[in-house]
Amino acid sequence: MIVQGLAFYMFAAIAVASAVMVISARNPVHSVLFLILAFFNAAGLFVLMGAEFIAMILVVVYVGAVAVLFLFVVMMLDISFSELRHGFLQYLPMGGLIGVVLLAELLTIVVGWLISPQVGEVRAHPTPPIDQLTNTHAIGRILYTDYIYLFQAAGMVLLVAMVGAIVLTLRSREGVKKQRIATQLARRREDSVEIKKVQPGSGI
Amino acid sequence: MINLTPVIPELVLACGGMALLMIGVFRGDGAMRSVAWISVLVLVVAGIASGTLSSDRQVVFGGQFVTDAFAQFAKWLVVIGAVFGIAMSLSYNERHEVARFEFPVLIVFATLGMFMMISANDLISLYVGLELQSLSLYVLAAFRRDNLRSSEAGLKYFVLGALSSGMLLYGASLVYGFAGSTGFDALAGVFKTGSGPSIGLIVGMVFVIAGLAFKISAVPFHMWTPDVYEGAPTPVTAFFALAPKIAAFALFMRVLTGPFGPLVAEWQQIVWLLAIASMILGALAAIWQSNIKRLLAYSSIGHVGYALVGLAAGNETGVRGVLIYLAIYLAMSAGAFCCVLAMRRGNRMVEGIDDLAGLSRTQPMVALAMAVLMFSMAGIPPLAGFFGKLYVFLAAVQAGLYALAVIGVLASVIGAYYYLRIIKIMYFDEPAESMDRPVGREIGAIMAASTLFIVLFFVYPSPILNGAQTAAAALFAG
Repeated sequence: MIVQGLAFYMFAAIAVASAVMVISARNPVHSVLFLILAFFNAAGLFVLMGAEFIAMILVVVYVGAVAVLFLFVVMMLDISFSELRHGFLQYLPMGGLIGVVLLAELLTIVVGWLISPQVGEVRAHPTPPIDQLTNTHAIGRILYTDYIYLFQAAGMVLLVAMVGAIVLTLRSREGVKKQRIATQLARRREDSVEIKKVQPGSGI
Repeated sequence: MINLTPVIPELVLACGGMALLMIGVFRGDGAMRSVAWISVLVLVVAGIASGTLSSDRQVVFGGQFVTDAFAQFAKWLVVIGAVFGIAMSLSYNERHEVARFEFPVLIVFATLGMFMMISANDLISLYVGLELQSLSLYVLAAFRRDNLRSSEAGLKYFVLGALSSGMLLYGASLVYGFAGSTGFDALAGVFKTGSGPSIGLIVGMVFVIAGLAFKISAVPFHMWTPDVYEGAPTPVTAFFALAPKIAAFALFMRVLTGPFGPLVAEWQQIVWLLAIASMILGALAAIWQSNIKRLLAYSSIGHVGYALVGLAAGNETGVRGVLIYLAIYLAMSAGAFCCVLAMRRGNRMVEGIDDLAGLSRTQPMVALAMAVLMFSMAGIPPLAGFFGKLYVFLAAVQAGLYALAVIGVLASVIGAYYYLRIIKIMYFDEPAESMDRPVGREIGAIMAASTLFIVLFFVYPSPILNGAQTAAAALFAG
């Protein structure tokens, strides 16, 4: 139990600290790296809760794809962040006001939060006990049976997105030299080599 | 084991689309024509598969998917629209050097999305089907990617489509939160029993209606229509006006009469307002247009308004009227867009209404077809357009919505002005330069078929009337 507690405080403290660093770091590349650290710690928190599937997805999708994409964009684009901060004080009152309003709204919701007592019983797919079935298995069982139609349909949507991206952006450029193995193999000696008798003492 | 029989049409489209993609990748863009004709074959097979299913109501995948006579009727209309869309695009794409094999494949995928929308029986499957359809349409709108206006149309459509999807999702999440279910059957049960719907449910329903109204481009959610119709390549515009509108309308009817059926008193006012605003704007805004595609965009907004009149009645007669209207609208729009596609001069498309001047002397057959279609759109008997309007107005009068019917008739009288103006320009103005000939085999065939349908509808209307009757009855059977 004490190990779990210690692990929780470690993950939570590092997650909060790196989240603060994301917004305070001067170098945007450092910000993205801190964001990745925050994702890793959040994944650790999910493991502690027994939600190992979400932890895996967080690492694979957010760290592996989204954060790396961010990193590429930040490193490719020439954005001067110090210039973006220009005029910070000027907009602070307005921004601060909106922040306070949002905070008040969130507090109202959290205070007025009411979870129905029957919520556990009416769930369509209650979480199975962890010692009988891991939740990766449990999600798989629902996803590939009850929701197979939607799963397949979502696959079709992604296929169309891919086709669309290719249709709208792929251009075959002229004059690019590519290796075509079939052409190379189909080449015969007669096509490319010509033997000429050269008389001694005269050119071709 | 899941019963897969009711989803065979969708499976045909999905597998067919992926197989066509493989053919295209291996054969290259030179295979555009063969891919297109195989796509037509896939669509027709899917339509036949849907038609041969039992017309009893079948629900599969844990209530996420439903098929009934209503779905069959709507799917047939969508298949016809999609086939027309592919056939119209062939020579246009070749002329404008965008003959790429993805075009028919994207239409097949869009049709798959429409089939899923028509058969949706759950808020989630509704959304996924809608997104599959819309995503394909965004790409199609921007298909001439080197053309500034086409790219602009695609981007505009994408941004506003994303906005409408957001509204739809917001409404769906509110409905789910307050009713505790996303299934249409369960929702209908909740609305039937409770002591009046809570305010959260009403707000959710209004957002869902707003999101769907975007997709059928009903006023005040119509802003994207003229720009997208004008900018998109003409065959894509034709496809937009035909299939997606019918699918979205079918979905709209299923949602309003199914899960929200018990709340008819609440949504009737909204549909009433949408109908009146669409009819009036469609009639007035079209008068000042000088571009034929923009004019047809406003005309389609007006037609959406007339079809909504039938839906506002909120009963079986109303839905029957809407289905008849949609079938006739399909034929009228297909023919009208074929005439627009025939407007070429020096191998370039011309889109001005003035370019039609004297068409009766340079291309008498096209002018005749256009004249018949315009008379029909204006609602002049005995052409089909008159009967379409007759059935929806009849339903509205029977449901006691007299004001709606009167405003509808007035709007259609105002609308007749700009339809008749086109005929006047074609027949009585001095001819401009002559258009290119010939118009093309596919386009000529579709134009002739739809014009004949419009003219001869009153001779033998029973297949469509009976089909719509069965379909409407299926929607109210549950």
